[in-house]
Amino acid sequence: MGKNGASHSGSHVVGAPLPRIDGYAKVTGAAIFADDMALPRMLFGKLLRSPHAHARILSIDYARALRIPGVVAIAIGSDLPIRYGILPSAQDETVFAIDKVRYVGEPVAGIVAEDELTAQTAAALVDIRYEVLPSVMSIDAALLDVDGNGEKIHPDSRRDNNVHKEVHLTFGDLDAGFADATRIFDDEYFFEGNTHAALEEHSAVASCGADGKLTLWSSTQTPHYLHRVASAVLELPASRIRIIAPPVGGGFGGKTEPVAHELAAAYFSRKTGRPVKFTLSREEVFYTHRGRHPVRIHLRTGIRADGSISACRVQTWLDGGAYGSYGVATTYYTGALLPVTYKMGAYAFDGCRVYTNKPPCGPKRGHGTTQPRYAFESQLDEIAKELGLDAGAYRAAIAIDPYSRTVNHLRVTSCGLREALSAVSERTGFSDKHGKLAPGRGIGLAASAYLCGAGLPIYWNPMPHSGAIVKVDRGGGVTIFCGTSDCGQGSQNMLAVIVAEALGVDVLDVSVCSGDTDLTPVDLGSYSSRVTFMAGNAARSAALDVRERIAVVAGAELGIAPERCAFENGRVFDRKNPDRALSFIDAARATEARFGTLAGVGSYTPPADLHGDFKGSGVGPSPAYSYSACVAEVEVDFETGEVRVERIVLAHDCGRALNPRIVEGQIEGSAYMGMGEALMEESAFRNDLHRIPNLLDYKTPTILDTPRIDAIVIETKELEGPYGAKEAGEGPLNPVIPAIANAVADAIGRRIYATPITPERVLQALDGTAGPLRLRAPIAMKTT
Amino acid sequence: MLRLPAFEFQPARSVDEAVTLLGEHGDDALPVAGGTDLYANMKLGLFAPRVVVGLRSITALRSIRFDPQHGLRIGALCSLDAIVREPAVAEHYPALAQAAAMVGTPEIRNMGTIGGNLCLETRCNYFNQSAEWRKAMGYCLKRDGNLCRVALHSDTCKAINASDTAPVMHAYDARLSLVGPRGERTVNIREFYQNDGAHANVKRADEILTEIALPLPARGTRSSYRKLRLRKAFDFPLLGVAVAVATDAGGSCTQARIVLNAVGSAPLEVEAAGAILLGTHLGEEIAADAAEEVFKAGKPLENANASLLYRKRMLRVIAQRTLEDVIAPLR
Repeated sequence: MGKNGASHSGSHVVGAPLPRIDGYAKVTGAAIFADDMALPRMLFGKLLRSPHAHARILSIDYARALRIPGVVAIAIGSDLPIRYGILPSAQDETVFAIDKVRYVGEPVAGIVAEDELTAQTAAALVDIRYEVLPSVMSIDAALLDVDGNGEKIHPDSRRDNNVHKEVHLTFGDLDAGFADATRIFDDEYFFEGNTHAALEEHSAVASCGADGKLTLWSSTQTPHYLHRVASAVLELPASRIRIIAPPVGGGFGGKTEPVAHELAAAYFSRKTGRPVKFTLSREEVFYTHRGRHPVRIHLRTGIRADGSISACRVQTWLDGGAYGSYGVATTYYTGALLPVTYKMGAYAFDGCRVYTNKPPCGPKRGHGTTQPRYAFESQLDEIAKELGLDAGAYRAAIAIDPYSRTVNHLRVTSCGLREALSAVSERTGFSDKHGKLAPGRGIGLAASAYLCGAGLPIYWNPMPHSGAIVKVDRGGGVTIFCGTSDCGQGSQNMLAVIVAEALGVDVLDVSVCSGDTDLTPVDLGSYSSRVTFMAGNAARSAALDVRERIAVVAGAELGIAPERCAFENGRVFDRKNPDRALSFIDAARATEARFGTLAGVGSYTPPADLHGDFKGSGVGPSPAYSYSACVAEVEVDFETGEVRVERIVLAHDCGRALNPRIVEGQIEGSAYMGMGEALMEESAFRNDLHRIPNLLDYKTPTILDTPRIDAIVIETKELEGPYGAKEAGEGPLNPVIPAIANAVADAIGRRIYATPITPERVLQALDGTAGPLRLRAPIAMKTT
Repeated sequence: MLRLPAFEFQPARSVDEAVTLLGEHGDDALPVAGGTDLYANMKLGLFAPRVVVGLRSITALRSIRFDPQHGLRIGALCSLDAIVREPAVAEHYPALAQAAAMVGTPEIRNMGTIGGNLCLETRCNYFNQSAEWRKAMGYCLKRDGNLCRVALHSDTCKAINASDTAPVMHAYDARLSLVGPRGERTVNIREFYQNDGAHANVKRADEILTEIALPLPARGTRSSYRKLRLRKAFDFPLLGVAVAVATDAGGSCTQARIVLNAVGSAPLEVEAAGAILLGTHLGEEIAADAAEEVFKAGKPLENANASLLYRKRMLRVIAQRTLEDVIAPLR
């Protein structure tokens, strides 16, 4: 940036790889997370959890526990009987189980005491009698009619089996599409469930003031939804509840819906009149779960002679665990986004989510799109191989075009898929290596697409998805108020960058006040990769609101039209004569003198024309889509079956990179997380129990397992994004898993049809004892 | 959050004081050195000592001394990291440095001691779980129950000895000094462990392990340690193989010890495998024969993070590779 404005066009903050504003506090441990909080007279809570996967609660006697010195209060299901759930269609949970328990680890009672150990000790003295019921632990078992051989997990569910939700969608003439195909590929895949493994265990602190107003601090990604649910469950007007989201130590989807300990903290604080803290143990986080659904995927794809896709039918069966959670949305997501990447003649999707007696599954980074993407990109690799085409060039040939509509009526705008494909191919020399490396070495490629926020809110309402207030202080400080929750993805920094850019001030002069329902306008939360796009647009529009007013006043002072005012480097100046300038502070003060308190508001609502008009069309539409491509190189040990990932090259079209350093961080984190899902992570059960609910036995990769990662930022100009930005939080994860699976197939010459690709699975594939999964008859879905 | 149960911490400044404290409190007390094993187990409710006797301030047990005549003497409180960094270990007992470097994470190697690693509590998928988990699954023979969940008809606990350094110490013919109220006794490592997961070693409750003595290896000794694990750090062995072989001037094998861990409650020396190597000029074929004996001898059970079939199959592979480590430099 030239001194005295040699260059005044272009941006000075957007696009700069600045250190993030909250980085120092987080790496030095100075940031205050929920569990760091301590309030005077604070009590500590403990949830007593079910030891049975499926059982009727016959009686609960907690008199003995209540007599333990230091125990202050105990509550059970009947004390908080109002059912809740994140989706309006799945109001199926209570804070503590009522009548029945449905998974090992389900909360049955809550205890608060003067200290944690006392609460823990007292929990063991609560006497609960159960009548154990047969448990349902697999998709296959859940699909069977119950017929008196047991009891449905949710007796009031509509079918005779444990199916929770079925969806059926068809676009175009499927039969004609398959008739048009010269080859049809039919494969079945299984994607194992896994969990978020965020470093911070969930924590909540509640404090009820003498005025009856309740404040609840919680490590949540969605303070607004917690606000709504807390109000309903506690039967307290939302105006008497203040939700604050402190910095969140990682979420990945695991903290996107209200769960028992938060509501229990609130309840007990009201009941005792004292602050109450609940912090989950790691094991409890595994039970709280809401992680990746295990999904069986059946793909039938018809290919014309030229390689184009004439028809595709995807069928998915999701193991949902014991409750609804986001599951209906997850189910739709297993079908909604495949066509966003590639052109298809016709497309059909059948999804079926079942209840099982396991901790509830929900959204994890990539929400429901990760599993079918793994299957589809694996099958595409086999198709390219059959056709004798280069895996990268083939995908580019069938790639969706920018500014087009998908077969399922979704509106695509900017699209850097082809650029991403060629970037990863070129960086790795993919075409020269694929199919040509020595046995045991392999290279694989995959692509994907993801949302920039869901086009529709979770509960129907016509209000904005995100709102922001920007206030300017007389000292030149700028404060943004926005309901976002920073779960580590960098949303605080993003807001500061956008507003600094709009007002031409230093990022360090911008403060962000977020996630506080008393102080900040609503933002729906950190999920579906929506925050940069939606809160970013809201903040930008609030900043422009302020800027317009300053321009009027500054323009008058400078003797120019407001439109000629430029804002940069802490100055407001004449675009045509940069020496004519006011400092931002002087301009702001003059504006306050003229118009009064200087603050602006802004909000964002996605456009209405994003999707088709059919039942289920609400899941999948987004104002824009991000695109990613990945190449992984692996070495496989034929004797041990171990897979070593040597390199991951991951290119991501994030629109404009507001801060390339944070985008690269998201890409690297996605590569790492995807590798863990591809090779080692699994929610494993034995005798109805999570087999390994701890981070020693549940394997995630260490830094020593993590290969060189090349993060490539592909920039497109997204007209509807703030300063052209899209998303980077979830999209880059998706192609990593199939890229590794394809690399392993390249290395060993055989395909493994399930995740994770453990050493044992590799050896079974090499031995020929595990081939393609058995194709099942098209699901016996009962359309209702 | 999981909390440690309440206990009284009594630091000992000398071996005598430690032994006196342990004697005074009998079964109510447990000794702690680095705490990387005990405290985690206490949080899970596996042990609830009223008194924990701290050994860390006994500085006398932190030395490593090498004597070219007699070999190595390691104070039991040496950290695993100190062992990794000790030049005499790297030169004369390289497999020990390898094994110590493969324990846990840097943080665990900084806190964890060699004595603690040798006395590591045996491990099992049914044991290393919270009180609530074990209650839900049903308790087991090692703690609170009367049934081994891994081998339902077994009278003894099948928990795994997962110490990385134990099989190496066995291969080096270590002698361990134990000090108790009746004075000091020395046991060879092969008498120290017992194949019972609930009573995994002969150290009495009022004794502490003070020193490990390793004889000077015979001239021409080569050694190596490998472990099977699912990631490159922060992982107990699914299987470990320690090998020490000695050859004479003519290249003929004069001594061979092949010791496994993580396939039983005690390290297992596969004598049949060593016998095959003796008197031979070590080569790949003979290594394969020895690995076959290892395969036959090791009997893993379904109690770790990989299936027993996989661990069984890997016995041959890991044994072969560890043998090749010591053979390759000969060729």
